[in-house]
Amino acid sequence: MISDDLPTERLSLVDLLDRLLAGGVVLTGDLTLRIADVDLVRIDLRALISSVDARVPSPWEPPAP
Amino acid sequence: MKTDGELLYAYAVARDGGSPADVPETLTGVADEPVVPVRHAGFAALVGRVPAAEFEEDALRERLEDLAWLERVARGHQRVVDAAVSAFSCALPLRLATVYRDEEGVRRMLADGSASLGSALDRLEGRVEWGVTVYALPPPNPPDPPDPLELSPTPSPPESAPAPSGRDYLRRRGAQRRAREADARRAGRAAEAVHDTLSPLAEEVRLHPPQDSRLSDHPGHNLLNAAYLVPRERTEEFTRTVAALTDDAPDGLRIRLSGPWAPYSFVTHAP
Repeated sequence: MISDDLPTERLSLVDLLDRLLAGGVVLTGDLTLRIADVDLVRIDLRALISSVDARVPSPWEPPAP
Repeated sequence: MKTDGELLYAYAVARDGGSPADVPETLTGVADEPVVPVRHAGFAALVGRVPAAEFEEDALRERLEDLAWLERVARGHQRVVDAAVSAFSCALPLRLATVYRDEEGVRRMLADGSASLGSALDRLEGRVEWGVTVYALPPPNPPDPPDPLELSPTPSPPESAPAPSGRDYLRRRGAQRRAREADARRAGRAAEAVHDTLSPLAEEVRLHPPQDSRLSDHPGHNLLNAAYLVPRERTEEFTRTVAALTDDAPDGLRIRLSGPWAPYSFVTHAP
């Protein structure tokens, strides 16, 4: 079954984000900015969707008036 | 070594083989910057200098909302990790946006983490990650039964067929709903069967949350989003099995293989 009817570019990005946002070694240390373990783990696909779908409110900012 | 306005973005860690030529000079990272190894404590970390204006904490938080920016960074990160896997026999990908102020920070990370980095490298040596997703496509839309409360003057039914009653309408609706539920159960069982067939070929398995179709643009419903850690020598068997499952998949089920990946999903044991 060939998946030529599917948006493969976008799917490959989602496959990658699954791994980059939930996988990979999480390191801590005095001099790291601790971005990886503090913030990124809380960014799930829902937060990402907010950048492409304005109807989902951003998790960081109050909705624009 | 610190340059103002720059941070060090770390991509991957491998054992330091001692060879100076193991990373291609043309390799560039998330900010199109050259990538170089920082060697310490028997390990090499691949790092690049990136603008602090983009990668310090506040800037990063803002930019992560920008899907185009995130895609550029994600693809750049993957490019360097893939190069690390080719250059070294085994490389550990780091979490997206692992950023240090200077090389001293990277060296301290390598020294402090040497025990866990070493054991992860030992465990993952000679293995690759494969991703398999199973999607159920929506069934072709059955025409809605005509609403009996709505008088449609146009298509007069053939004289032999009496106008459907309200009871007929509800019965048909119920049958459609039951058929949809049965389809969903069948698709769920088929996805489980895919996972049950592939799991014995893998040393470790990790299930990622289902992919959201609003992000993936996929018309279907994601039933399985799994990562399999497969020894290199079983790769052919694994991909052949996925191909056979794909060929035999029931109508409406889509099985996708992605990889080989660096072992992103397995650097820490599954939670």
